[in-house]
Amino acid sequence: MARSALCTHGWTFEVDPRADDSGTRPPYLGAMFTNSLDAAVASAGAGAPPTAEAVIRVRGLQKRYGSHEAVRRIDLDIHRGEIFAFLGPNGAGKTTTVEILEGFRQATVGSVEVLGQDPWKAPGSWRARLGIVLQESGAEPGLTVRECVALYAGYYPAPRNIDETIALVGLAAQSGERATSLSGGQRRRLDVALALIGDPELIFLDEPTTGFDPSARRAAWEVIDGLRRLGKTIFLTTHYMEEAERLADRIAVIADGRIVAEGTPQNLGGRQLEAAQISFRLPAAKAAGDLPPTLAERLQSDPDGGLRLPSASVTADLHLLSGWALERGLELDDLEVTRPTLEDVYLQLTSEE
Amino acid sequence: MYFLIKRLLRMWRERQSQKDAAAPPTAPPAAAAPSNSSPPAAPRVDGPSASSRGPLALLLHEALYDIKISARNPRARFFGFFFPIVLLVVFIGVFGNSHTTFDGARVSLKVFYVPGILTMSIVTNAYASLVILVSGLREQGVLKRRRATPVPAVVLIGGQALATVVTTALAGAILLLIAKLAYGVGMAGPAIVAVACTALVGTVAFACIGYAVSGMIGSQEAAQPVVQMTMLPLWFISGVFIPISNLSRGLKDLADVFPVQHLANSLHLASVQSSFGASISATDVLVLAIWAAGAAALAGWRFSWLPAGAAA
Repeated sequence: MARSALCTHGWTFEVDPRADDSGTRPPYLGAMFTNSLDAAVASAGAGAPPTAEAVIRVRGLQKRYGSHEAVRRIDLDIHRGEIFAFLGPNGAGKTTTVEILEGFRQATVGSVEVLGQDPWKAPGSWRARLGIVLQESGAEPGLTVRECVALYAGYYPAPRNIDETIALVGLAAQSGERATSLSGGQRRRLDVALALIGDPELIFLDEPTTGFDPSARRAAWEVIDGLRRLGKTIFLTTHYMEEAERLADRIAVIADGRIVAEGTPQNLGGRQLEAAQISFRLPAAKAAGDLPPTLAERLQSDPDGGLRLPSASVTADLHLLSGWALERGLELDDLEVTRPTLEDVYLQLTSEE
Repeated sequence: MYFLIKRLLRMWRERQSQKDAAAPPTAPPAAAAPSNSSPPAAPRVDGPSASSRGPLALLLHEALYDIKISARNPRARFFGFFFPIVLLVVFIGVFGNSHTTFDGARVSLKVFYVPGILTMSIVTNAYASLVILVSGLREQGVLKRRRATPVPAVVLIGGQALATVVTTALAGAILLLIAKLAYGVGMAGPAIVAVACTALVGTVAFACIGYAVSGMIGSQEAAQPVVQMTMLPLWFISGVFIPISNLSRGLKDLADVFPVQHLANSLHLASVQSSFGASISATDVLVLAIWAAGAAALAGWRFSWLPAGAAA
């Protein structure tokens, strides 16, 4: 039911108002997307909030290549229905971990359970419940988009409908084209279609939007968001902090083979506790020493003349600062309050050794 | 010949595309907007998947798509189908009136080149094309993605092997047909059965060697030179281009170690003998089978689904 509702609305990546050819499709992607998905979610009864059921459970996972220890005893829990983002610099053990979870590599030590099975020993029926978008995978040479999807549909015991799945990722118009002739973004959508054709419960997305332009990336996020609302569990790796922040329910950061932080996008690495900063510029007539002493003693100055004030109580400090300025009839240029971005936190976490 | 086939194919394709264009009459004429992103009116019903119809159906499913993939590869089509035909025409054109000795009998070079080039066609299709295809699929992550599905590994390999046997058989049959029609070089019925048996064993053997070699190649770029280096010298010393009666003892002994000579020898026998028993060489088939078994073991040990460049 979910599928037909999705498909009749032509769930597509393209933001193209001209595509409104029949009157049944709302002109804007956002509206169309929300409507079709709400219908799909309502009719499927899916999209329940993440439950405590662990889809992936990793305890003390270690992987050695000779004397090199790529993954050093990590623990992970991913629950049903959540989007879990796994971040880390290249060479930190991210790909190794993902490949162990997908059953391509064997753990040296530790217990790994994905959908209740050890991936290394899991039977084919386990793979049927999994969808994988690999970091790099070429197109099937010589086959058209539809033939590619049909080939993969044949691999699964109960696949989704081929044409519906192609429409779902917005490739209906390219259905008859050779997969090798597609653009980069279109080929990535084909990868997603191939991962979805088996109607999986758990989907691995390994850097799904690398190389996308900003609008294609946003469109891809809509698709991933939609998968969540259909109750799919998603294990996402990415290098884009914006992507993790926008999509993930939880984030884990791996560096040098260890999980160095785990949390929600809002509280990762104690981000919510980090001091905020008030930054501003003083008019040329005033110096930093003219400020109230409680502020002046904490003040840091940038080489370009800007001033920064680390603040644990923003409201009070801001009141003091703006009161001081108003009394003297001054205007503070570039006044803003900032908190560390996810990227700041990430860079700090991954640079610590 | 080539152009005739090409012409026919193009005509057929045009007819197909006209049919496709006429097929969806539901497209509303009002949709005059140049946007081509409108989805098809109604999705086709798929029916039960190959996987749900059992392992044999799944094997045929895989083989069918692998045949499509190799049939649409221009390189495989040229070297596997057209190049051997071109060589046959050239060799017979140049040397067709000369003679050589084979198995103690005086043989026209016309007769000699048919099994010779047939050997070349089998080795090219079963070994060269397979090595290049498999290393390409592996390095681009296609094998890894296929392996990430519930398909058993044995079906993926078996389907591709079956596809290789079908393409190789088709190329060989076309070659023999041309030899018969254009040069009147034919074989007795029982001898053709013997050729089919030898060729089947040979195809399987060279496919196994192909899998073993592709497991040892580290990159897609290396596949082509490795294939040429392992294949080309053997053609000259194994009775493919040059009758082995012209070769020195040492070269003959060297060629005896490798499988190409054994495939060629058995196929040559069929071109001068008429009974099934005399047209098949048990020793040669046995050597091919040993190569197949050894290569299969090596392939099982070395074969990888993951791109070699993406380790760690």
